[in-house]
Amino acid sequence: MKLEVETPAHLIDVNGLGLDEITETEEGGLRIGALVSNTDLAADDRIKRDYAVLSRALVAGASGQLRNKATTGGNLLQRTRCPYFYDTNMPCNKRSPGAGCAAIGGYSRQLGIVGVSDSCIATYPGDMAIAMRVLDAVVETVGPDGKTRQIPLEDFHKLPGDTPEVENALYPGELITAVILPPPPGGKHFYHKVRDRASYAFALVSVAAVIQPDGTGRVAIGGIAPKPWRKPEADAELPNGAEAVARVLTEGATTTRDNAFKVPLVERTLASVIEQAKS
Amino acid sequence: MRFDTPATRNPIDRLKVIGKPTDRIDGPLKVTGTAPYAYERHDVVPNQAYGYILGSAIATGRIRSMDVSKAKQAPGVIDVVSTLDHKPVPLGEHNTANLFGGAKIDHYHQAIALVIAETFEEARAASALIDVDYKRDDGSFDLEKHADSANLAKGPDGEEMADHFGDFEGAYEAAEVTTDATYRTPAETHAMMEPHATIAHWDGDKVTVWTSNQMIQWGKRDLAKALRIPEEKVRVDSPYIGGGFGSKLFIRADVVVAAIGARQAGRPVKLALQRPLIANNTTHRPATIQRIRLGAAKDGRLTAIAHESTSGNLPDGKPEEAVNQTKVFYAGAHRKVALRLAKMNMPEGNAMRAPGEAPGLMALEIAMDEMAEKLGMDPVEFRILNDTQVDPMDADRPFSRRNFVECLRRGAKEFGWDKRSSTPGKTVDGDWLVGMGMAAGYRGNLLMKSAARVRLGKDGIVTVETDMTDIGTGTYTILAQTAAEMMGLPLERVKVTLGDSDFPISAGSGGQWGANNSTAGVYAACVKLREQAAEKVGLDPQKANFTNGRIHLANKSVPLTDAVADGELVGEDAIEYGDLDKQYQQATFAGHFVQMSVNRFTGVPRIDRMVAVCSAGRILNPKSARSQVIGAMTMGAGAALMEHLAVDKRFGFFVNHDLANYEVPVHADIPHQEVHFIDDVDPYSSPMKAKGVGELGICGVGAAIANAIYNATGVRTRDYPITLEHHLGRLA
Ligand SMILES: Cc1cc2nc3c(=O)[nH]c(=O)nc-3n(C[C@H](O)[C@H](O)[C@H](O)COP(=O)(O)OP(=O)(O)OC[C@H]3O[C@@H](n4cnc5c(N)ncnc54)[C@H](O)[C@@H]3O)c2cc1C
Ligand code: SF4
Repeated sequence: MKLEVETPAHLIDVNGLGLDEITETEEGGLRIGALVSNTDLAADDRIKRDYAVLSRALVAGASGQLRNKATTGGNLLQRTRCPYFYDTNMPCNKRSPGAGCAAIGGYSRQLGIVGVSDSCIATYPGDMAIAMRVLDAVVETVGPDGKTRQIPLEDFHKLPGDTPEVENALYPGELITAVILPPPPGGKHFYHKVRDRASYAFALVSVAAVIQPDGTGRVAIGGIAPKPWRKPEADAELPNGAEAVARVLTEGATTTRDNAFKVPLVERTLASVIEQAKS
Repeated sequence: MRFDTPATRNPIDRLKVIGKPTDRIDGPLKVTGTAPYAYERHDVVPNQAYGYILGSAIATGRIRSMDVSKAKQAPGVIDVVSTLDHKPVPLGEHNTANLFGGAKIDHYHQAIALVIAETFEEARAASALIDVDYKRDDGSFDLEKHADSANLAKGPDGEEMADHFGDFEGAYEAAEVTTDATYRTPAETHAMMEPHATIAHWDGDKVTVWTSNQMIQWGKRDLAKALRIPEEKVRVDSPYIGGGFGSKLFIRADVVVAAIGARQAGRPVKLALQRPLIANNTTHRPATIQRIRLGAAKDGRLTAIAHESTSGNLPDGKPEEAVNQTKVFYAGAHRKVALRLAKMNMPEGNAMRAPGEAPGLMALEIAMDEMAEKLGMDPVEFRILNDTQVDPMDADRPFSRRNFVECLRRGAKEFGWDKRSSTPGKTVDGDWLVGMGMAAGYRGNLLMKSAARVRLGKDGIVTVETDMTDIGTGTYTILAQTAAEMMGLPLERVKVTLGDSDFPISAGSGGQWGANNSTAGVYAACVKLREQAAEKVGLDPQKANFTNGRIHLANKSVPLTDAVADGELVGEDAIEYGDLDKQYQQATFAGHFVQMSVNRFTGVPRIDRMVAVCSAGRILNPKSARSQVIGAMTMGAGAALMEHLAVDKRFGFFVNHDLANYEVPVHADIPHQEVHFIDDVDPYSSPMKAKGVGELGICGVGAAIANAIYNATGVRTRDYPITLEHHLGRLA
């Protein structure tokens, strides 16, 4: 809004809605209110104990001050960090559909290599959602008509295709009320975020993983796609090592000169995680 | 006071206040948020309106037309100033890019309009309603593409910026061991915390700007020129500055546009350059492509050095002088240096902390590491062997003081250099490849005239007045220390007032010349004040001794306040230099030692520890000097590992123009930093016998990091910043 990228006529403060609790579900999981702050969520004992991947992803994000203000719902919806998106002098299909994409052929080191399209190569930049994806989280919403919906995180963020302005599955006026975590998955939890500076930077590549003692598990990647990037076929390759997993995850990657390194980086970050899981 | 013979013993040598680690006297104001910065000077003039600058959306071309009618009618808007209503303002002495006026666009985000409104938000919202019709021209934005056709740069008198000594070609040809490589440093933005900001107010035909500027007199001169009014009609006030790093050496669009806007609106106008505007609207450190060839005998003596650097700038701009240190740093060899300049249409390149040496040493000191390795020599010993105590291009010109070897020896010892493995890529610690690297630092010492006034009040308080600036470096404190030492008073009895163009003209803050020259200016003024005070109490001014708040001579001793019984005394003078900087090469030296870890999976580089040993004459305040050096080392780490302005070669602008996308180090990047100063004085620099440290600290750091990464990984990267993709595919 400060950059005139969005100029809403109306703003509604949702802070008074009281959606700021973490409660246990009947299934044995957790229900995280949409207004729970990133700081509180990361510090919750149940999260730290049973969903450590989420806690680690949260503290790897932004800065302490930002995490104090950032909410679970807001963080899920954070926009891309594509620099051209924030410069209103530049053509951007996401900002003004049909205008063209300045990032393609421009400076694209931070941008996506899979799931992208000819109209937009932006990434989803967040950390929390990568961990939630590996945990099979579900987003709970309520519409203007009072009806609630449950949207698996898998379906929540949208690939750009020809409509990069559509970033998620929410309808106009629909509000996120909570994120639901299924019962704890067990295993060892990892969130490995790779970036140029040690803190306060978005991921070049991040790996969220839950790995079981037998070497099976799940893995989602951040920093490379318009949504948290996970494939069941890649999960299945985990016992076969990083190269096999990475091959599936980066299949069909379309890279630029600036971001081609993300392909080997995915593999090497996975290798680091898998080796740690063994030790 | 003329300074043209080396300093002898003087009151500063007592070191009662000077040379002591001293907290900043302005520290409490800073940490309580009560030191008012330009944008916060709410009290200086009532009825301040807010300004918001619109930057050009194109890099080169013209504005065909601009429709400001919608903006003018927007809520809260007082006035809109369009570039089309003004002739281009005359340029400042050291600048090339037009700051405002006219239809021609020189670079992206050039200021083209100012909206003045009752609130900031109203001004910002209205700026989005301005319709601009541009005619976009093609431009040159790709240094790599234009480097080959770049010509030798021309100096101020049209001379070619190239120099040589002996026969480089012959010596290089004959050398037993040679290296030849090309190094690249990217454009960088200063990224100081406080944006450029100004409040402008007209009183009749006289304008006052409360702004953030390193060089008050340059600012006054250039603003008068820009507004086409006499200098006497301009007052510049800048007592607190939230960092500058060279970005605030000159007035920028904020000052000019605020002044023009305030005149047009008939109201004081206050504005700050929006952060996303700063990278393209202001100046930056230009990118360089540097080729370095070294030739040496097998015993390690350098016999041939060639350093050629190409940078780009606007058509009338200057090159980045990345080769200067190479003329004088190492001994004996036949050498040549050259600066080439590509004409480009990117924003104006200009000074950033240690211009020339910072990028120059990032290249030269990797080359030295490469040569040491080829020779099979230790990099420290290789440099020591090639030390020189005279200007290698003029043997009759010694260095005033050169403790370079001591910096290296001491640094090696403090760091534990003997534990370094000379075989790269061999030290593994868990997931990390560990390496050690070193590099040498060099930065010239510049002598500049500097004036000050000191008042001794009836209350016994000494007040220093000079247009000197404190850009966060600790100038307030060292000036207070100087006056306290000279007048024989405790620090608490000295008040320092800075940054006002109504005060005597100082050297200003830049080129690490501020500390030595501005304290020498206060020294000169204090000598005058001492004379007056001694005379008043009937003592011989040449012999009287000022200590403990008293003036003594032989067995007479009177309180200093006796001298002001009839009213305050005022001493005013300037330090002016002869040619000691021509007779002697004056410079500061450092040895930088770094340990790096590189993640063997991801290639992520992290700094484990850093040691710097600096030699810079007398260290006036070891505490603030250390702060300068650790800050500079941090900036050097940024340059080595992450900082770069990414160029969009089609649209012609720096893309990552905010602090989320232009990364500078955060605390987590910087480990414990150890700084040592060589205990020394340089009597050729000034009566203070001091030199600067503020830029020395950055000089060489980048290469020390690069060399440590090489030692860790065995992969040599010659392009900065050294991000993981450079070595990722080549790690074991
Ligand atoms: C410099 C910087 C660095 C950062 N680094 C990182 C990082 O490394 N990793 C990372 O993950 N994040 C990072 N962030 C992002 C930060 O975490 C987000 O800004 C924050 O999470 C946004 O949360 P918020 O609650 O403030 O959302 P807001 O900004 O308030 O909201 C974001 C969007 O979501 C909508 N929204 C909010 N709540 C709801 C709801 N309940 N239902 C429907 N819509 C809703 C809002 O309308 C808005 O469109 C960074 C941010 C900055 C500024
Ligand atoms: S990548 Fe997407 S967000 Fe970036 S400029 Fe292109 S369309 Fe816009």
